[in-house]
Amino acid sequence: MSLITCKDVSFTYEGNTVLKDVNFQIDDNDYLCIVGENGAGKSTLMKGILKLKKPSTGSIIMSDGLKANEIGYLPQQTDVQKDFPASVFEVVLSGCLNKLKTKPFYSKKEKDIASNNMERLGIAHLKDQCFRDLSGGQKQRVLLARALCATSKVLLLDEPVAGLDPVVTQELYELIDKINKEMNITIIMVSHDIEASLKYAKHILHLHSKQLFFGSVEQYINSDVGKRFLGGQQ
Amino acid sequence: MSVLFEMLSYPFMVRALLAGTMLALCSALLGVTLVLKRYSMIGDGLSHVGFGALAIASALNLAPLTVAIPIVVVAAIILLYMSDKGKVHGDAAIAMFSTGALATGVMVISLSSGMNADVYNYLFGSILSMSQSDVYLSLCISIVVLILYIVFYNRIFAITFDEDFALATGTNTKLYNILIAGLTALIIVLGMRMMGSLLITSLIVFPALSSMQLCKDFKTVIISSAIISVICLWCGMIISYLYATPTGASIVICNMIVFFIYYLL
Repeated sequence: MSLITCKDVSFTYEGNTVLKDVNFQIDDNDYLCIVGENGAGKSTLMKGILKLKKPSTGSIIMSDGLKANEIGYLPQQTDVQKDFPASVFEVVLSGCLNKLKTKPFYSKKEKDIASNNMERLGIAHLKDQCFRDLSGGQKQRVLLARALCATSKVLLLDEPVAGLDPVVTQELYELIDKINKEMNITIIMVSHDIEASLKYAKHILHLHSKQLFFGSVEQYINSDVGKRFLGGQQ
Repeated sequence: MSVLFEMLSYPFMVRALLAGTMLALCSALLGVTLVLKRYSMIGDGLSHVGFGALAIASALNLAPLTVAIPIVVVAAIILLYMSDKGKVHGDAAIAMFSTGALATGVMVISLSSGMNADVYNYLFGSILSMSQSDVYLSLCISIVVLILYIVFYNRIFAITFDEDFALATGTNTKLYNILIAGLTALIIVLGMRMMGSLLITSLIVFPALSSMQLCKDFKTVIISSAIISVICLWCGMIISYLYATPTGASIVICNMIVFFIYYLL
């Protein structure tokens, strides 16, 4: 049984179809990279999976047991966050919000989850630092820790390495790989970085206003779409 | 100190200080969220809507607050909705709303009682305009706002920091946004009587901005802006009492001074 299934999904913005005929499924513990050029509809699809945007046709089906409060999300950073006065711990802890149900305040249980995730991502020492004073890579780790607080099943990442330097990028990929392998969390990543996608992912979804390709990494490398997109790289 | 005791011997001053303190507290709390969510101008827009509502209330001889509160709450929700997804862009929508409401207010006043001292009071505030029932209403609403803010503190933090994340992970962000807008509307209507519709936004914006200069976590920012807000209100009231200056303006001047001190630190 697949975790998430997309059937004939399409999205429109103000009457313009930006993405159509998307059909794929994601299995438990999968690692899917969504690739394509700018404006190909990658982030739109991501929003669809997160239920932030309704598909205009088709359906995105979550398997039983996968509820909104079991999805973790690493969004692109917003303007608001650039000068936001919040400590690292406060940010990470806010990922536990969906565990509160109707309770108003966090208990020791949620605080422990937050601490464990900070430990796991190597940011425990930044606990009392201000989020806005961190480096780009540290910020991503903090947001990743927050996303892990929100999920034990699926993690969606929207261009997680955008704007990071090569060393930090590499570290972040290793970290995401570890989360996939050791914590058995399904990864869905929108990415510009085709080389890293081929290296780490199990499946590739290539979009260009519609679905050009969905399949395993090996199939992708040997497909026409893949060959064209990869150009001389392979 | 003796000045303070002298002030407290006047019942209307006691009432104003009491209501003002609660108001300063609530506006500081909400202010942090509004400033961070880039909603500062919504406060300004709402205070002009409040001006229009007060003008209509006085023309119809109705109790000012009972008319203004529902109108401003509705306006707050409409503004929030418009800045989220309207065809008119957020800040343009607010500019439209506030000037429209101001013009309506001025028209209503000039057709009914004519431009008089009332208009001046609406625009710049006066503690004398607070009746006993106004003060009780202010106190009750302030306490409700305070309790709601504390109970929903963690949720308010989450949707202020990252609304998309909160929504994607299963938080009802729409509900909490409406809550924030509603609470803001209440505080603005109540604060307008004292601060005036032109100056009430300062009560929301200044304490938050001052404490954001220095503090490193959200909770400290909230607590520090509440303290700044209350202290500035008291200082402003004392200045206004001693030198017979308008209360609202005196409070804003105090807030400005604190802001510059924090900025330079």
